[in-house]
Amino acid sequence: MSEPFLIGDAMTGGYGKGPDILHDCTIAVNPGEIAVIVGPNGAGKSTAMKATFGMLNVRSGAVRLGGEDITNLTPQQRVVKGMGFVPQTSNIFTSMTVEENLEMGAFIRTDDYSDTMEQIYGLFPILKDKRNQPAGELSGGQRQQVAVGRALMTQPKVLLLDEPTAGVSPIVMDELFDRIIEVSRTGLPILMVEQNAKQALEIADKGYVLVQGRNAHTGTGKELLADEEVRKSFLGG
Amino acid sequence: MDFLNALVALANFVLIPGITYGSQLALGALGVTLIYGILRFSNFAHGDTMAFGTMVTILVTWGFQAMGISAGPLPTALLALPFGILATMALVLLTDKAVYGFYRHQKAKPVVLVMVSLGVMFMMNGLVRFIIGPGDQRFADGERFIMKARAFKQMTGLREGLAIKTSQGITVITAIIVVAALFWFLNKTRTGKSMRAYSDNEDLALLSGINPDRVVMYTWLIVAALATIAGTLYGLDKSFKPFTYFQLLLPIFAAAIVGGLGNPLGAIAGGFVIALSEVTVTYAWKKVLNYTMPDGLEPSGLAQLMSTDYKFAVSFTILVIVLLFKPTGIFKGKAV
Amino acid sequence: MTETVKTGLLFAAAALLIVLDGTVSFGIFSGSWNSSLTILNMGLISAIMALGVNLQWGFAGLFNVGIMGFTALGGLAVVLTAMPVTEGAWSAGGFRIVGGLIFGAATIVAAVLAYTKLSAGRARSFTVLAILVVGFFVYRGIFDPGVAAVEEINPALQGNIGGLGLPVLLAWPVGGLIAAGAAWLIGKTALGLRSDYLAIATLGIAEIILAVLKNEDWLSRGVKNVVGLPRPLPYEVDLQKDADFIAGAASWGLDVTTASSLYVKTGYALMFAAVLIVLLVMAQLALKSPWGRMMRAIRDNEVAAEAMGKNVTQRHLQIFILGSAICGIAGAMMTTLDSQLTPGTYNPLRFTFLIWVMVIVGGSGNNFGAVLGGLLVWFFWIKVEPMGQLLMELVTSGMADGSALKAHLLGSAAHMRLFMMGLVLLLMLRFSPRGLIPEK
Repeated sequence: MSEPFLIGDAMTGGYGKGPDILHDCTIAVNPGEIAVIVGPNGAGKSTAMKATFGMLNVRSGAVRLGGEDITNLTPQQRVVKGMGFVPQTSNIFTSMTVEENLEMGAFIRTDDYSDTMEQIYGLFPILKDKRNQPAGELSGGQRQQVAVGRALMTQPKVLLLDEPTAGVSPIVMDELFDRIIEVSRTGLPILMVEQNAKQALEIADKGYVLVQGRNAHTGTGKELLADEEVRKSFLGG
Repeated sequence: MDFLNALVALANFVLIPGITYGSQLALGALGVTLIYGILRFSNFAHGDTMAFGTMVTILVTWGFQAMGISAGPLPTALLALPFGILATMALVLLTDKAVYGFYRHQKAKPVVLVMVSLGVMFMMNGLVRFIIGPGDQRFADGERFIMKARAFKQMTGLREGLAIKTSQGITVITAIIVVAALFWFLNKTRTGKSMRAYSDNEDLALLSGINPDRVVMYTWLIVAALATIAGTLYGLDKSFKPFTYFQLLLPIFAAAIVGGLGNPLGAIAGGFVIALSEVTVTYAWKKVLNYTMPDGLEPSGLAQLMSTDYKFAVSFTILVIVLLFKPTGIFKGKAV
Repeated sequence: MTETVKTGLLFAAAALLIVLDGTVSFGIFSGSWNSSLTILNMGLISAIMALGVNLQWGFAGLFNVGIMGFTALGGLAVVLTAMPVTEGAWSAGGFRIVGGLIFGAATIVAAVLAYTKLSAGRARSFTVLAILVVGFFVYRGIFDPGVAAVEEINPALQGNIGGLGLPVLLAWPVGGLIAAGAAWLIGKTALGLRSDYLAIATLGIAEIILAVLKNEDWLSRGVKNVVGLPRPLPYEVDLQKDADFIAGAASWGLDVTTASSLYVKTGYALMFAAVLIVLLVMAQLALKSPWGRMMRAIRDNEVAAEAMGKNVTQRHLQIFILGSAICGIAGAMMTTLDSQLTPGTYNPLRFTFLIWVMVIVGGSGNNFGAVLGGLLVWFFWIKVEPMGQLLMELVTSGMADGSALKAHLLGSAAHMRLFMMGLVLLLMLRFSPRGLIPEK
């Protein structure tokens, strides 16, 4: 099997000088795929994703993007390399308009990004209607769309989403998942951490179940949903 | 007729001075609020930054006057202003490099930065006194009035005169230009937007590839310009004295907080609220009341609510009231 | 080198500086005990102020930049306690003034009550506004004639309400009480908001207190100053006439004038030192008590302390009042030392920010550090001027006499002290943020 597009390979590490949270943990995603990290609270799901984005010290193991070792790059440098990251909280500029949020997403681009913006408005039509409203005045689901849109403005080669559906209603969650699938259909690899394991695995091409910072189960979304043990321990039967 | 006279007296003694002072405070408060929004601390050295900029402007003005360069009816200080701004820019960038940068990279608590700004305040204050002395300096020249009271009386036939000093006109016009330019910069340019983004959400700004050092540098440059302009306008309108500039800190902070710290629009609103209340409360209303009250009900005293010496009390009282009822200010500021 | 030895050595160094200034006449040292004791006395008072600020900042992390105001209130306390009653002032207008003030306070209370009791809406805003506006004019109606009457009494010398004619030493605790009252008012409003707001609120209240002292002539004679305050120690002129004292001075080999002034200054030094020691012991006991530990716990992690059920704002209010009271005491002592109240000389750079330099240099969180900082920084505050002068003379020695630059540099040397103090503060914050005697 050839090397995945983005891979956090056997990562071990923790925040700053703190104890290790991840132990030999591997996460990978390929173009056109949605990879989902699930697991119980405190399993290190978000940590694993942040590790691939350079937000903690990876003491052993490596992170490679398109074959290039990026383990020692800062998050900002990874953005330049083509990673888009949507944090779980405070992921928009609340006092700025929707359009300005997108512009800030494109801050590192020096070329004309109006096409990208149109594309994003195509993906999230509601944002076009509200382009001149301060993003802080939008609803939870709309804010998440702004957040994803902002990250897409760099035209990333891979998109990382940290619990995009946290705190939104089930209906909004379904809509957000639909949007994420749409984004993924453009060929963009998406790595996502999710609390709502069942729904997330349903749309996932690849799933990682983490327990205490280790890979517990790995497989396609369908496999994991079918796996007796996974169902029993994480999906509530 | 009496009503018109009252109106003119009101404009002459309350509105015009209030608006002038308000513009000066607003420019000062904008500087404080920008620092607060982006560097996230209350800069106690701001008054002395204003003093430094004004001092350089005054020195250059004297130089120009000695060389016989003048701006005609306008004060020579306007020609010297760019030099003052440049010198202040150099000073604050130097201060940031030598002092604030260290604590920023350490992610020190805001109160530590406030303490550090006290040290900077001391040094700037000492520097200004060392160079120009602690005394009063007047440097306004050119035409003194746009409109003289007597000319107004002749023109309108009213008993009350309306005088507009050149410095007042210049203050208001400059403030409008500066504020318009600042808002254009913050809302329309890439750099300006990146400053707002950084102020709004530092982590996300970093993720978006915004360079914090650049943002901080631009902030200081703008603050230096605002401080010098505010200081020079205040000096032209009143006079320059290092200690007075230090004392301006209180109304300026009051303006910034009343408007909502970190919110530029709030700083302007706060500046006018503070200035107009100060002037209103300390103005002797006798004249206006004489015109408006029916005969026999005119006040016997000066009808002054508070003596001018208590103008700080006015800023302070408004500040306290706002803090009690709306801690984030009239316009929503940041409450970190 | 253990901490105790280091502390001892540092205090010995401070003492040595004072002694050198008294004995050696070279460079910055004056060689006069008279000047050396003057420095010591103000140094002791500064040390007390630093102790108060350290209580607030070092123990609780409260940022008070209104020290000047509390000091000035202490000074006012001396006037109100120790000055003799002005003949006829009370009957002329004193009661009216007090009545006016009480009415003013009642108006504010009524407005607050109306605000809290009535339900929100236009009616409430109107009522509150009406109470305030009517109250204000009635207050002025009662207050103003009283002020005018009092200020008419012998304006060249008095024109104020005078004091209670009590022993001047009583003014020291009274100064503490008045300062505590002011601190309560500020603390009630500004504590619990973010830290910078307290700073700005205290900065403001200090300016206002000073404005009151400068303008309310009936109270403190304003900028006309109150002179000739009673002293706890005999006057030099009286000593010089005292036969026993003359004999004593002769036996020490001193001329009577010097001896009398040394006697008074030493007396003050002993009194101040006694107060300092008492306060220092109390501060130390407080620091080591469960209360002190709780304070530091709150300072280090407010959220955790709050989660453990500590009422953070209430504790902050306590310590803010205590610290301010100490500054008030020190202010009263200072005015007693000067035996005059001169509102015009209060300057925030000297009375607020210098105290901060003392606390930071000495070591915030450590009482001994604050005291040491008070003594040392005061010494240098006084001596920076001759140092600057020496430096400037050195710098300008090559310049032609009478050149404008030389004259300017020599003339401006005095302003170097602010610059130097700022530099010292910044250097300490940067390279030794824990101060000379760090917190344990």
